[in-house]
Amino acid sequence: MRITVLFFAQARERAGRPSLALELPDGSRVADARAAIARRYPALEALWPHLALAVDGVLVSGDATLHTDAELALLPPVSGG
Amino acid sequence: MSVRTTIYIPSPLRPYAGQHAAVEVEAATVGEALRALVTAHADLERHLYDEQGRLRRFVNVYRNDEDVRHLQRDATPLSAGDTLSIVPSIAGGAGPQQPAGPPAWATGADGLPALSPAELLRYGRHLILPEVALEGQRKLKAASVLIVGAGGLGSPLALYLAAAGVGRLGLVDFDVVDESNLQRQVLYGTASVGLPKLDAARARLQDLNPGVRVDTYATRLTSQNAFEILEPYDVVVDGTDNFPTRYLVNDACALKAKPNVYGSIFRFEGQISVFDAARGPCYRCLYPDPPPPGLVPSCAEGGVLGVLPGVVGTLQAMEAIKLILGLGEPLIGRLMLFDALGMRFRELKLRKDPACPLCGERRTVTELVDYEQFCGLPGAEQVAENVGLELSVRDLEARIARGDDFDLIDVREPQEFEIARLPGARLIPLGSLPARVSELDSSREIVLTCHTGQRSMRALEFLRGAGFRKLQNLRGGIAAWSREVDPSVPRY
Repeated sequence: MRITVLFFAQARERAGRPSLALELPDGSRVADARAAIARRYPALEALWPHLALAVDGVLVSGDATLHTDAELALLPPVSGG
Repeated sequence: MSVRTTIYIPSPLRPYAGQHAAVEVEAATVGEALRALVTAHADLERHLYDEQGRLRRFVNVYRNDEDVRHLQRDATPLSAGDTLSIVPSIAGGAGPQQPAGPPAWATGADGLPALSPAELLRYGRHLILPEVALEGQRKLKAASVLIVGAGGLGSPLALYLAAAGVGRLGLVDFDVVDESNLQRQVLYGTASVGLPKLDAARARLQDLNPGVRVDTYATRLTSQNAFEILEPYDVVVDGTDNFPTRYLVNDACALKAKPNVYGSIFRFEGQISVFDAARGPCYRCLYPDPPPPGLVPSCAEGGVLGVLPGVVGTLQAMEAIKLILGLGEPLIGRLMLFDALGMRFRELKLRKDPACPLCGERRTVTELVDYEQFCGLPGAEQVAENVGLELSVRDLEARIARGDDFDLIDVREPQEFEIARLPGARLIPLGSLPARVSELDSSREIVLTCHTGQRSMRALEFLRGAGFRKLQNLRGGIAAWSREVDPSVPRY
């Protein structure tokens, strides 16, 4: 199945792009997406434990399941003011 | 003798009085005042007077709270401070539509503060919105908002909330206006550079709206003073620029059941939400733990497009006003993401985390903690140890002049290196240091530098962890070098 990954703030900088189409085995969970993304963008790995994750606009945890056409958003904390 | 008198116009007659709810005239008697009124608003004349020039029977005029028919009618004298109210009877003469005397909005008799004729003029565009109207404007006047941080977000926040007529604004900040603030902190002007921010802010806000009470707290918000500073305020707005203060504001608001209007920015992106633990999730439900220091750059380190805090701070001001007025749908349980480059707003649904230590089912955070420690910032001991590893710019100058043998490593970004650099410095940006550590020789002395000495201290800590021992950090970075050693090196 194919999902779209959205990178925000520092995740966007470390990935060097705002979004990515990602092919994953059916039944994959957010944690599986993490592994696939980390293979492509190792610089993102250090951010992972600190990200908020959302699937289709709803905040989720790492064991949430994904589905075809899901939108997975990776949202690092930001503190600027 | 003529005195200045306010005449309150009832809503059915306002279309004939330029939509004014109150008109000021100079008059000695009630008759003179009404004549002055119809001279200024000719359309009113036929509604107030009959063909014979007598006051129509269904028009009741009150001086303060007395019907002038029971006084001396037209000849009723006016003295300073008197107000007149025109109260039309219901058609058919069944009696007055409202109790005698000026309306509650003019006296504050119903508990909300009164509005003066000058305030009616100032807030006219609010008053004609049915969703705000007189009652909403009086709620704004009765309301108090604390703005934590008078920087990029705090600037538009303070300006719009003062302009809107929020009765009391509190500002917390301990900084001085710096030239590099002016690119985004629109509360300040060039003439304010070098002044304490709160002095400049107060002057600007009082000029914008003298009716607003501005209370300033020239201090860092801490676990010791937070409850006392927050106490008088209805709404708290988070415009800070660091994680420890964000967690502190969040926790203090949740523990005191105050809504926290949150906004945060990074380069071209912003986050906005309303954390109201009584009604929805808090900041800890979104980010239970802070990122380690240095993982997420601040505006000073990472840069920020100046308009961005304008957009985000303005959205926070809008949410604060909606909370005060009880208007629309507050951003509770929702996180708004703004992406300026894509020009997109995205909304994420947040849930209250049952495991949240602050607002969840089993609460372990029941008082304020040490937020510097919580965010992993070095304690006093670590700071003292790090200071021992620092080198002043004068020392560096002397070492260069002596021809000492050492490597000078600049850990800033390439675009910063292009603006200004130290003689002999080699660029290895902090982010690429782990990948390029093999380029460094641990047997040689290494002096680390950056813009102000903070990033280079993190580089030092990283290298120490990687086994390097001959390390020194340039205190104050290239900014200090420019100030104290070589002013020809540009500052930014």
